[in-house]
Amino acid sequence: MPANPPTLAHHFENREQQHEAATLAMWVFLATEVLFFGTLFTGYAVYRQAHAAEFTVGSEHLMTGVGAANTAVLLTSSLTMALAVHAARSGRPRMLALCLGLTMILGSGFLGLKAWEWYTEYREGLVPGSGFHLEPGPTPANARQVELFFVFYFVMTGLHGLHMIVGLGVLLVLLVRSRRYATGYGTAVEVAGLYWHFVDIVWIFLFPLLYLVRH
Amino acid sequence: MSAERTAPPVAYWVVFAALLALTALTVAVAAAPLGRWHTPVALAIAAAKATLVVLFFMHALHSTRLTRIVIGASLLWLGIMLALTLADYLSRPWALMADAAR
Repeated sequence: MPANPPTLAHHFENREQQHEAATLAMWVFLATEVLFFGTLFTGYAVYRQAHAAEFTVGSEHLMTGVGAANTAVLLTSSLTMALAVHAARSGRPRMLALCLGLTMILGSGFLGLKAWEWYTEYREGLVPGSGFHLEPGPTPANARQVELFFVFYFVMTGLHGLHMIVGLGVLLVLLVRSRRYATGYGTAVEVAGLYWHFVDIVWIFLFPLLYLVRH
Repeated sequence: MSAERTAPPVAYWVVFAALLALTALTVAVAAAPLGRWHTPVALAIAAAKATLVVLFFMHALHSTRLTRIVIGASLLWLGIMLALTLADYLSRPWALMADAAR
């Protein structure tokens, strides 16, 4: 066992059991997160089917190119995260640090693009509230329902962004202590990876459902 | 158990390429005249991408049965919420919100 705090917690028989317990725990948490985001998706589904035309108008006001780019950025970050887990298991701390660093850069890039999107939408008067206004367009639309689309857009991408920020915090801790985690089972990195991939999956659904509404 | 058995790293790159291709596909398909099939197609592509991430990046393919039960349970409960909620709203013949235009 290394001289640092041992990697095996005292209440486990061996590291394999610890690894199984930790990954199961994260999966159970992710199950709650599926339902957490799931309620937002369900609400979105209800109002989208009720106001398809207005939601299409709202969707067309989004920056689809930026959304697609962000999708690619997050998918790449999942790749680097998977490689980080592999590095941890192979006992390669420098490779682990590199992959964690890349994942963090990509994650930060995603948030940067998102912030720029939000700012642009704010300037265009698309933030729900007293300042919301819509240029009259080719499709007649009830502005109230278009505003509802943007309520869903900001809340869902906002909650997703919050999860990204938490994920970045976790990755930072792993990065700073990466030497400790590049051992055998790589449990800590694996568990962080599960969370990160889940946040990616949420975006995989958010992108087409918010940005690509067409009829 | 299965902690040591995972796919070789090259699998990650293959899955990544597939994910990018599916993303390009979903963007391209959005421009096609699919009418009411837009949503099912978009959801199908997204589900395919999510499946790849879960199976390979999240190692579900090499995980314990208990883990897979948890994954199945989350999908089951999400499915119940979506199915029953939409069954309600989609079977209503009247408008959702009687809302005065602003």
